[in-house]
Order: sequence, then structure tokens, then C-alpha cells
Amino acid sequence: MSHALQDQRPAPARKSPAPAGLTRGGLPRWAPAGIAVLSIALGCGIGLVADLHSKIQWGLIASLLFIGITYAASAVVENRRQAKDRVTTSLVWVCFVLAVIPLLSLIWTTVSRGMKVLDGDFISHSMNGVTSFEEGGGVYHALLGTIEQIALATLIAAPIGLLTAVYLVEYGRGSLAKAVTFFVDVMTGIPSIVAGLFILTTWNLALGFGPSGFAGSMALSILMMPVVVRSTEEMLKLVPNELREAALALGVPKWRMILKVVLPTAIGGIATGLMLAVARIAGETAPIMLLVFGTQLINNNPFEGAQSSLPLYIWEQYKVGSDASYDRAWAAALVLIAFVMILNLVARGIARWKAPKTGR
Amino acid sequence: MASTTPTRIDTAPPVSKSGRSTGRAGDKIFAGLSKGSGILLLVIMASIAVFLTYRASIALSKNEGNFLTTFDWNASATPPVFGIAVLLFGTVVSSIIAMAIAVPIAVGIALFISHYAPRKLAAPLAYVVDLLAAVPSIIYGIWGALFLVPQLAGLNLWLDEYLGWTYVFDKTQVGVARSLFTVGILLAIMILPIVTSVSREVFLQVPRMNEEAALALGATRWEVIRMSVLPFGRSGVISASMLGLGRALGETMAVATVLSPSFLISGHILNPGGGTFAQNIAAKFDEANEFGRDALIASGLVLFLLTLLVNGAARLIIARRKDFSGANA
Amino acid sequence: MKLQRKNMLRASALGALVVSGALVLTACGSDDNTKTADGATKASAPAAGDVKCDDAKGKLLASGSSAQKNAVDLWVKNYMAACSGVEVNYKSSSSGEGIVAFNQGTVGFAGSDSALKPEAVEESKKICTGGQGVNLPMVGGPIALGFNVSGVDKLNLDAATIANIFNDKIKKWDDEAIKKLNPGVTLPSTPIQHFHRSEDSGTTENLGKYLKATAGDAWPYEAAKKWPAPGGLGASGSAGVATQVKQVDGAIGYFELSYASAQGIKTVDLNTGAAAPVKASSETASKAIAAAKVAGTGSDLALKLDYTTKAEGAYPIVLVTYEIVCDKGNKAETLPTVKSFLNYTASDAGQKVLSENGYAPIPAEINAKVREVIKSLS
Repeated sequence: MSHALQDQRPAPARKSPAPAGLTRGGLPRWAPAGIAVLSIALGCGIGLVADLHSKIQWGLIASLLFIGITYAASAVVENRRQAKDRVTTSLVWVCFVLAVIPLLSLIWTTVSRGMKVLDGDFISHSMNGVTSFEEGGGVYHALLGTIEQIALATLIAAPIGLLTAVYLVEYGRGSLAKAVTFFVDVMTGIPSIVAGLFILTTWNLALGFGPSGFAGSMALSILMMPVVVRSTEEMLKLVPNELREAALALGVPKWRMILKVVLPTAIGGIATGLMLAVARIAGETAPIMLLVFGTQLINNNPFEGAQSSLPLYIWEQYKVGSDASYDRAWAAALVLIAFVMILNLVARGIARWKAPKTGR
Repeated sequence: MASTTPTRIDTAPPVSKSGRSTGRAGDKIFAGLSKGSGILLLVIMASIAVFLTYRASIALSKNEGNFLTTFDWNASATPPVFGIAVLLFGTVVSSIIAMAIAVPIAVGIALFISHYAPRKLAAPLAYVVDLLAAVPSIIYGIWGALFLVPQLAGLNLWLDEYLGWTYVFDKTQVGVARSLFTVGILLAIMILPIVTSVSREVFLQVPRMNEEAALALGATRWEVIRMSVLPFGRSGVISASMLGLGRALGETMAVATVLSPSFLISGHILNPGGGTFAQNIAAKFDEANEFGRDALIASGLVLFLLTLLVNGAARLIIARRKDFSGANA
Repeated sequence: MKLQRKNMLRASALGALVVSGALVLTACGSDDNTKTADGATKASAPAAGDVKCDDAKGKLLASGSSAQKNAVDLWVKNYMAACSGVEVNYKSSSSGEGIVAFNQGTVGFAGSDSALKPEAVEESKKICTGGQGVNLPMVGGPIALGFNVSGVDKLNLDAATIANIFNDKIKKWDDEAIKKLNPGVTLPSTPIQHFHRSEDSGTTENLGKYLKATAGDAWPYEAAKKWPAPGGLGASGSAGVATQVKQVDGAIGYFELSYASAQGIKTVDLNTGAAAPVKASSETASKAIAAAKVAGTGSDLALKLDYTTKAEGAYPIVLVTYEIVCDKGNKAETLPTVKSFLNYTASDAGQKVLSENGYAPIPAEINAKVREVIKSLS
């Protein structure tokens, strides 16, 4: 669908000057680009002359000029309708540029500042014996903590989430199903720190367990469950009923039908949903801060003793506020982004590779 | 709803006799398991709700101030005095600023990707925007505090100078741009990807016939969009915005790093100061004693209800338009 | 069906890959930073005799004040270098969090910028079977007023002026009151931006106590952990305040001296009424702390500081961080480690680390009592 639609795209763009040319004069094809260059130059010029410090002001002046000049030029040379069209086109471009700049700057800042200390040693060493103002140290203990906590959270949340989704789609009816659906929605709105508090009061205080990676994973799994249920539900609903009916007609018991027909058909989408949920919790800071205590040492055992995690590590290093710790914070941020992006790419890969071939 | 058909099949007698006994037992176990996890989920949720309300009620019963109108948060003191007025104001204002900036721009980008961008650019762009939705908020936070805040100083002066007469943009207090306005901008940047990607999905679903018909009548590209794309996509954009709003309301780390909090309500959004629910919880939690934590939980409960309301509204709108599902967003 | 089986196979292969990847990761990390941090240490490595490991073992968790973080970091580093097999993990968050964690039994000891309040002592009796939480003064330090005014390298202020600055009464750097205290210094007309801690903090409380005691009418607020005055800008943590001061022209803020030296921020010399303005430093702060009296009873060594001192070369805006432990009823598994670690920190070698890093050692006679108490912990 989208491809077909996009095939259409260049056509009007190429056509539009032509009919205009038949009736009245149109702006040449290079006009938008020319106006853009002109207004950027003017924007920089005004910025320099008026001695404006922040580049944001330069950019805003340039974009206002761009829209204004486009409208004026088009209104003079073409007609009002064309002018409106051109203004919206330039507006859309400006929107795009406006949004892309901060996002690119975010990525650029993280990458350029993160690369300063990011190397093999940084990834393979902990912070043992490195005081906050010193250089050196690494992120290994945090990376390990994040991976273990996420793996445990997934082990808890994925089966419960999957089975709940199966229940909702394949078995659910009546008030229980309605209640579950409603509460899954409610659960998506839990502020993450509240999930952390809940585990802290029950697991750590009431039951008396010490801080551990596992406590963190339980809080993460609470945050993860509703996301898994939602996405799995959507995917299961996409499985055509004909498949179910065919399987049942062959005398397959329902549970085998679900395990062998429904789930495999939807596995791509389910895996994608899972991965996205994982990527989402990988960046959680607040509950982790309360539950895993944080440490400078490597702790391979998520069930006992303090652990660290990447977001927590970034937060700690940011709080220290020395140049060395900022470098570490950025490098850890880069590691975290890379980690989340890889998960995302894997998810998208799976989705493309076995997207349910139904509907459009 | 696919669930209606399988439900009917459920009652149909099994056809084959041979697989019957194992099948039945397996069925029972599997059905039990899946029902069980549904119930488990309910139990978890219920216990969180009970826990929250219980702790919040302890706090509220001892509060010496008015929970809704007190302009202070001194919950760890004796007697405790705290109120959510400032937090509610800050949360709502920063989210409104974020929405006012993010939604038009997001619609613009969505239109750009779906209708304006050169085809070779569109697909990778869509991809990049989706990936950006996954950048953890703590990273937005440190970027905001270390990079964005200094950059915005000039813009603030400008707004103060040229729009100061509007009251809202009157900057009466000296100080760096650690204001609700800056928080709003940062939140806008954070929710842009999600609003964009959902809106784009909707715009791509506009029936092609409508667009082609409009084009055939000689409409310009803008007229096509105004007459066929936007009306079709309106509710989708609204629900996308609601999802973004839900995220902006509960954002913790990014706000905590950027805002300079204070317990004053001020309509001058460029002044440093203000606070949001999530930021307040993160900032006060460390120093709070048991009771202070209960008070923070009470404010968390309000945030929770607020988010629930917004998410619920989004779901309602989505449900009304069946062919568009925002569940994966 | 065949296709699906293949899919399942692929999915499980993927899972296996993830698991094995995690396993490989577990194997290749290292806690050994001696190579990467070579020579960067400021503190001299302790002679083996300074640290007595006794029968310390296992892992010790502790948490609390961020004011003493930099000192504890160094202590932990030296201590763990000397005692292999012992892990001390000090989480620097805040005094309040430390006390809560201590009273919940999560940590072996807590660090706090202010002595336990009576309610907290009551609560601690639940954790300390047969005993209660006691305060051991361990780290002293000056609270520096850092400033960033372009063209100004040296700034003298007195209590009333500081109070007026933080109370929004003085708005520009070239105000008469500041000029009078700094003859011969050209002050710009930059507006003053004053920064405070946005979260509750012992540092705020100590500055408040000082201003309350000395600034008179200019500072009408009760000392509290929460910043009392309206106006100004908040930042989280001492590091946050220091970073802001460093970034913003015209800024002033307060934080422990170690943050100022780490970020190269200039600090205010305090006009206490003594003959010459006093610079914030380890020695001047020690002098002020020496005037302190023990206010606690029994094993509790909570101090009462004299903020109004006009002694020559005594810098009165100081902060004392206590380590909070149970006098009796410490957890058996962590007790030996707590004793041995605190023994080291209270020892001459341990206290020497303080003066080398912008903190102030505890005066000798109080320190002697601290060592007594540590010996008697059970």
C-alpha cells in the first residue's frame, strides 16, 4: 500500500509546474531550493549582525524568511492557490528540519562525547577503585546488570503476558476477560517509580530480602507485562480464523491448535512486541534506583547483592558532575542507545522477516 | 473482535475420538494456565492499587495542609504540610506546551514522510523516527541539561523582548532557562517520534482513490491534503497526541534534570521554577522519611489517575475507529 | 507446518544466541582497574599497617550523605586494596535515604549530615536489638560559596550580605554592600543568579544554621533541609549546583569544598568579624570544628557546632558528617567489617585522607572518643 502510494509521489511534483506554465508563469523548479539557500544566508546574516548568540534564533529567522519569501514569490509569479500550496509545502519542510535538528543533535552529542572514553577497556571494566573525579573505569558491571535484569524481567513477564493474551483472544469472555482488559490498560499508566515502590515495600521490606538485581527485574516485569499483553493480543487477532477452524476440523485439540497453529503464525509479531517492550524497560531508571542499590563492582549473581544498571550508572555519573564522570556518562549513554537500537533493529528484522501475511 | 468465533468453536464437540482424552486434559491445563495468568495479572494490579491507596490514605489523613490547594511540599516535617497545586499546574502546563509544539510539527513530519518527501528519503526517515522513539529518557535528560538549556537562553531573551506583553512570555526573574517552557520544549522533542510514527501510519491509510480523485479535479497538493488526508486522519492524530500526552505527563528523569523546581505557581512560563508530579517524586524521594514517602505516593496516585484519564480517552477514540489500531505504539 | 517448524527453530536459535552471548559477557569483564587508573590517585596508597582487616569479610552495604562521597570513595578504595575479599559499597544518595535504609536494616551503616532525630532513634531500636543508632562524627568539611563573576577572582562577603544575596535583596554584583566589602575590586553590574539545592539536603540545613545564627534579621528563616527562601534557582545535588555555577556568569551557589576544587570554581572568603577574611579550606574548617562540643550522651557523639565563632582563621560554615551505626545489636555478618572499616576511617591515616582532599579531619579529642565507641560496638 505505502509503496504504491509513494510511487505516485514524484508525479504531481513534476507535473505541477507544467500546467501552471500553460496558463501563467510558474516558479522555476529550482525556486524552493534557491529560496531556502537565500533565507538561510539571510538568517545567518541577520544573526551575525544582530549578534544573536544561540543558533536556535538564527534557524528560526531563516525558517520564517523561507516561508515568507516563498509565499511572496509564488503569489506574485503564480496565483493564490499555488502560493498556498507552496507555503504548506515549505511549512512541512520546515517542520521536518525543525524536528530533525534537535534529534540529530542529541545523537551527535551522545556519539561525539561518548566516543571520547568508549573503548574496549571501558566496556570490559567495572568502576572498582575509581573515585568519581578520576578518569578511567568502565561500564561492564552496569551493562551486565542491565542484561541480567532485563533477561529476568522478560522471563517473568513474557509467559504471563503471552498466556494472558492467549486467554483474552482464545478463551476470554464475560466479566473476567473484561476486567483483565481494563486492568491491562490501567497498568500501562503506572508511573515507573510506583512499580518500584510497590516491590520495595512488599519484597524488600515486608519479606525482608536485601536489594538485588532480581528485585529490580520484578519491578521491570510489572512495567513490561501490559505492553506484552497488548501487542501479543493485537498479533493473535490478526491470525485468520480459517486457520483455527481448519485445525479444529482436523480434530486437533484446542491447546495444540493454539500452540501449533496460532502462536507460530503470529510469532513474528509477538517477538517484535516483546523486543520493543524490552527496549522500553532497558532505559528505566527510577525503579532500578530504588531496588538494586547500585555498585561499582561486578556482581554476576542477580539474586543476591547489589547490582548496577546502565541508566542508573548514567544517572550516578551525571550527578557527580566532574569532567571525567560526564565523559563516562556520555559513553554509557552511547552504550545504552546502541543496546536499545540493536534490540529495536532485531525486532524490526523479525517483523519484516515474518510479518503475518494477512490483510493489506 | 476475533474472540467471538473461537468462543463458538470452543463448544463444538471434538470430532476425533482417538485424541480425546489427552486433548481434553491438555485443554484443561492450557486453558487453566492462560486463565490463571490473566487472574495473576489482576491480582498484581489489585495489590498495587490497594497498596497505593492504603499508603496514600495514611499520608492524607495526617496532612496539615490542604492536599489540593497548599503551595508547599514539606511532607517529612512535623507536622507535615503538602499540596499538589503547584505540581498539577506544572504538569499540565509543561504538557500543554509540549503538545502545542509537538503536535503541529509531528503532523508536519508525518505529512512530509507520507506525502512530500522524495521516495528514497521517506522510508529511511520513517525508520529513523521510529528508532528515536526508543531513546531512553535519561539521555534526553542529560542532553537537555547540558546542551539544550544554554542554547535556549537567546530564544528566551527574544520571547521576553518581543512577546513580553503577553504576560505568559514575560520573564520577570533573572536566571538560566531552567523553566517550565524549556521542559515543555524538551518533552515536545521526546514525544515527537511517537506522535509522528502513529500519525504517519494513519496518513498512509487514507484511501488512494480519494486523493487521486482530488488530484484529477485539479487540486493542488495542499488541497488534496486538506480535503482528503486531514479529515480522514483527524481522529488518528488525536489519539496519537493523547499517547504522546500520556508519556509527557509521567516523564521523570528528563524533567528532573532540566527544571529548577520551586513551589510557586507563576503564569510567566519563562521564569525558572514550578514542578511536576514525577519530578517531585524523584527529587524528594531520597530525603523523605517513611511518611514523606507516603505523601509522595499520594501524589503518584493523582498522576496515575491523570494518566489513566488521558490513556482512556485515547483508547476510546481509537476504539471508535476500528481500522486503525494504536496498540503497538 | 514445515515452514513453521523452521521458524521455531530459528527463534530458538536466536534465543540460544542471546543466552550464549550473555554467558560470554559474564566471563570477560574485570574489576581490575589498576592499569586504567594508573597514577591518577591523589591519595597516597596506605601502608599495609594502616588498615587492620581483622576478621572482616563479605559484602558491606552503606548509604547516605553525598557530602562525604568523595572521602568515602577514597577510603573504600584504600580499604579494599588492603583487605582482599571484602567489598564495601557506599551508595551516595542523601542523608535521609541513608537513615531510612539504616532503619529498614538494608545497610550496615549510614552517612548523615545531621544527627539522628529523636523519632529516628526510636525507630532504630527495632533494628538494633538491645541498642540504638548512634552518631559518630567522621568527616568534617567546609561548605564553600562558589561564585562565577567574570573579571572577579577574589570576593569577600559577610553573613548579612550572603543572606541578602540568597534572599533576593541584593540583585546585582555591583551592589553597594558588596562593593563596601571588596574595596579595590571592580565589580560588574551582572545580575546575581543564586543557586540552591533543589532537593532536601543537610548542606542546605548547615548553611541555614549558619545564616540563622549570624545574619540576624537578614535571614528570617528557620534552618531546615528544604531550601526556605523564595526565588533563586534550584539544581539537584552539590554537583548539580557546582555545575550550574561553573556554567552561568553571575552565579553563586553553595557546596562542599571538594566540588569547588574538582571543578575549579572560585570560592568566597568569609568576613567573620576576625581581622582578615577567612578562606574556605581544610585547615580553617578544622579550626571551626575544634570549637564544637559533644551534645550526645553515652556512645552517641552528636556535635554542637559554634557558627558564630570569630576566631582568627576559623571558617564557620562547616558540616560534619556522621556515620550512623547501632551501638549494640549490629548484624552479626556485617559487624566485623563495619568495625574494621570505621577503625580505618577514624585512624590517623584515614583522617589524613580528609585533609588532603578538601575535607577537614575531626579534632583529635573527639576523634579519640569515636575510636573508643567503634571498639565497643557489638
